[in-house]
Amino acid sequence: MLKLDNVTKVYKVGAFGGKVFAAVDGVSFDVQAGEVVSLIGESGSGKSTIGKMILGLASITGGSITVDGVPVKPGKDYYRHVQGVFQDPFSCYNPVFKADRVFRMIKEAYYPQVGEKEWDERVRSTVRDVRLDPDQVLGRYPHQLSGGQLQRLLIARALLLDLKLLVADEITSMLDASTRIDVLNLLAELKERGLGVLYVTHDLSLGNYLAERTVVLRRGTVVEMGVTGKVFGNPLHPYTRQLLSAVPRLHSPWEDAAPMQTCHYHENAASGAMFEAEPGHLVACAQLDACPQ
Amino acid sequence: MSLQVDDLRVYYRTLKGDVKALDGVSFSMEDGEILGLAGESGCGKTTLGKSLIRMDGRMRHIGGTVELDGRELPIGDDRRMNDFRFREVSLIPQYSMSAMNPTRKIGRMVRELLRSRGATLDLDELESRLSLVELPHAVLDRYPIELSGGMKQRMVMVISTLLDPSLLIADEVTSALDVSTQKAVARALIGFRDAGFVKSMIFVTHDLALTSHIADTIMVMYAGKLAEKAPATAIVKKPRHPYTKLLLDSLPEVGVRYTDKRLAGIAGSPPSLLDPPAGCRFRDRCPIAGEECAQEPPMAEIEPNHFVACWKA
Repeated sequence: MLKLDNVTKVYKVGAFGGKVFAAVDGVSFDVQAGEVVSLIGESGSGKSTIGKMILGLASITGGSITVDGVPVKPGKDYYRHVQGVFQDPFSCYNPVFKADRVFRMIKEAYYPQVGEKEWDERVRSTVRDVRLDPDQVLGRYPHQLSGGQLQRLLIARALLLDLKLLVADEITSMLDASTRIDVLNLLAELKERGLGVLYVTHDLSLGNYLAERTVVLRRGTVVEMGVTGKVFGNPLHPYTRQLLSAVPRLHSPWEDAAPMQTCHYHENAASGAMFEAEPGHLVACAQLDACPQ
Repeated sequence: MSLQVDDLRVYYRTLKGDVKALDGVSFSMEDGEILGLAGESGCGKTTLGKSLIRMDGRMRHIGGTVELDGRELPIGDDRRMNDFRFREVSLIPQYSMSAMNPTRKIGRMVRELLRSRGATLDLDELESRLSLVELPHAVLDRYPIELSGGMKQRMVMVISTLLDPSLLIADEVTSALDVSTQKAVARALIGFRDAGFVKSMIFVTHDLALTSHIADTIMVMYAGKLAEKAPATAIVKKPRHPYTKLLLDSLPEVGVRYTDKRLAGIAGSPPSLLDPPAGCRFRDRCPIAGEECAQEPPMAEIEPNHFVACWKA
């Protein structure tokens, strides 16, 4: 459904924009309907830039992003099907107005013909869908609600539309451990309703919990991607191994990643090329920086 | 015994009344101990860390005493605390990105800082400590903006422990860092304790998995009170407080397959600390709460060094 093909994003940096910096460099992957794909990377890997490009909030320098074959085109028709939820739920609401104003704005923009009563019923059932009690959250101000509640209201807002793809950019990183799992479980339910979810995160354990497929980014390029169980169970790229070994685990001590081995794919690598190590598991050349272009 | 805190109460003054952020907290720490202080937002863990070194204007010391190496810390008296700060108690702030003076090269900043405290800079000592955290000596000739986030965090660690304080408070030092940098910073903290630069350390964090790797003892707080305090392995393997159990159950782990299994969060939210309910504060969210929970549970030592504040534990 969502398809990224050799997507590149170049920022001009330095005084007078004299230098260029490729934040995203030749990234290709896809998200099917009814699937959660997690996009994992450390800061500066370009994961949020990819999310922004899909949502039309940043321009695309090269390559193409399509949703059901239609290229990204910011506007009412596009946002009816593609929506995003972001990291900080507290700054997504205007503190002067009640939180449910976000639903009112959806109605005014997209469904002006729907009757008040029917709309009200629709809002209440969507709020129940995100596991919230409508009587507890509707008609309240943002400061009266918790971060988890606000975040789920934003997801409900997206669900009111005819949604096909949800870009969830670090949506749980500001939430407490006891509430973030509810938001994650909610995302897992959405995929059962046929939605595609792109879950952008830096937290490997959350990605492992939720996603069918995983894409690991490093400095704007994909180093490893595939079925979550294969990427996490049998990481092949040294970068993925290093990341996984650095994750603190509750029941086992920290281990050090095996040192960089000779790369199997180096000989016949081209920049950005991926090799199929096993079915549904793609790996990039480990010595990409030194590879002939 | 390095640190002894007795019935510490610290309230925040607000227009609506006092927010009871710390409501009767007592614990002690041994020499050389790393104490992990875990809890969710608003449970009072940062307030506890702050009140041991510097209270901000809204915080009021209501009661309780803090004793460090047999001397009482005048935590309510901002001026008298000056004699202790940096020398006896030191802090690594959460945002080390903004903790250094951006207009000075780091070396000059450190020299000025030490001079203001009446100490002289021992360059060899400083350089050996820089090597311990794997920073090149050249950082002293750089401006803070030239360092990455993890480097700045480690630089601030070196600076705050230069005078070998007895107690170091590390407040969420790794939460803004990537996992691989986080590991390096966490290991450097343990290295500082092992090298004797600090006698004991309070490691404040919301990440239980990370704490279990660093800390000797973990203390879990809930709504301004202590819930459980035990050796790190006991907290992870045999938690006794229902809050600790539920919190651990809600953490997804790498390397575990979750095909059909779903983890569960804790329903509800913590009580308001403006007017906290009587009795156990976890009662409303607790699955095993009963009649007796209307009474406040005392902190009881159910096993050696394992303290729990729960009637049912």
